[in-house]
Amino acid sequence: MSLTAKDKATVKALWAKISGKADEIGHDALSRMLAVYPQTKTYFSHWKDLSPGSAPVRKHGKTVMTGVGEAVSKIDDLTNGLLSLSELHAFRLRVDPTNFKILSHNILVVLATLFPTDFTPEAHVAMDKFLSALSLALSEKYR
Amino acid sequence: MNSVYRSTAAFSSGLNRSARYTWAATNQSYLNICPAVKPQDTMVQWTADERAAIQGVFATLDYESVGRESLARCLVVYPWTQRYFGGFGNLYNAEAIMANPKVAAHGTVVLQGLEKALKNMDDIKNTYTTLSELHSEKLLVDPGNFQLLADCLTMVIAKRMRTEFTPDIQAAWQKFLSVVISALRRQYH
Repeated sequence: MSLTAKDKATVKALWAKISGKADEIGHDALSRMLAVYPQTKTYFSHWKDLSPGSAPVRKHGKTVMTGVGEAVSKIDDLTNGLLSLSELHAFRLRVDPTNFKILSHNILVVLATLFPTDFTPEAHVAMDKFLSALSLALSEKYR
Repeated sequence: MNSVYRSTAAFSSGLNRSARYTWAATNQSYLNICPAVKPQDTMVQWTADERAAIQGVFATLDYESVGRESLARCLVVYPWTQRYFGGFGNLYNAEAIMANPKVAAHGTVVLQGLEKALKNMDDIKNTYTTLSELHSEKLLVDPGNFQLLADCLTMVIAKRMRTEFTPDIQAAWQKFLSVVISALRRQYH
């Protein structure tokens, strides 16, 4: 399920529209993930406050979306482009890769709430494919 | 490990949800030898807030419009799901799928089926026995697809409710969908 030229163009066009709100998207997606899939909270026991709007959640939402933005710019070769991020997740963070799918789902939910007219079925499938490819690239170094 | 999350997600109570997940995550090997914690034996508990949230979401739904868009998105975003709709005619591209009258009609049927669960929230398991048999024995639908359609439905609701679809409401809605999916999966042998 690799990204076609059309997918890449759609993702880039959508990113151009939404990147201005990247921090808000990251924060909202992370808040939803922690609320709707509480098992994900196990990775953040070092945070004092996991509630929506808290400083660590905001900061981390920003971090995540910076990574997504980087992936958009490296969309032609995600595996090599995200090698160091993959090493981070594989060796230091050791996040179970199923959680990438969960966070991706919540990013899409947030896009649907914030950009309903831009989140067409075509944009939806392109973003879903992109986030899957991103997740796969992140899992590259796991084993 | 993650199928454990999904089954405990369906039957976790309003209290101690986090504790249950954390316990399950760290004690996965014990779950098989600890029959008292078997998710299938636990009745689903709904808090008053959860019931209100789920009913609130349903109150916003125009079954025809939401049903059509959800099923259409499923067929576009996960094209392999088209395998179940050979008789639906033109599914060649997104426009055709969105405009297809059979897709629209079937979308409404799906939402009406969900309404049955809403009206019997305390016994979705038994309410869905016939539907589960239908999907497993007659329609032969891979149950993995239920999650795909559920996700598309969530997107469509998020699109329409926008920021009113808060994380808490999303959590209650996700729990409802998990219970529905679990009930639909029950009669697969």
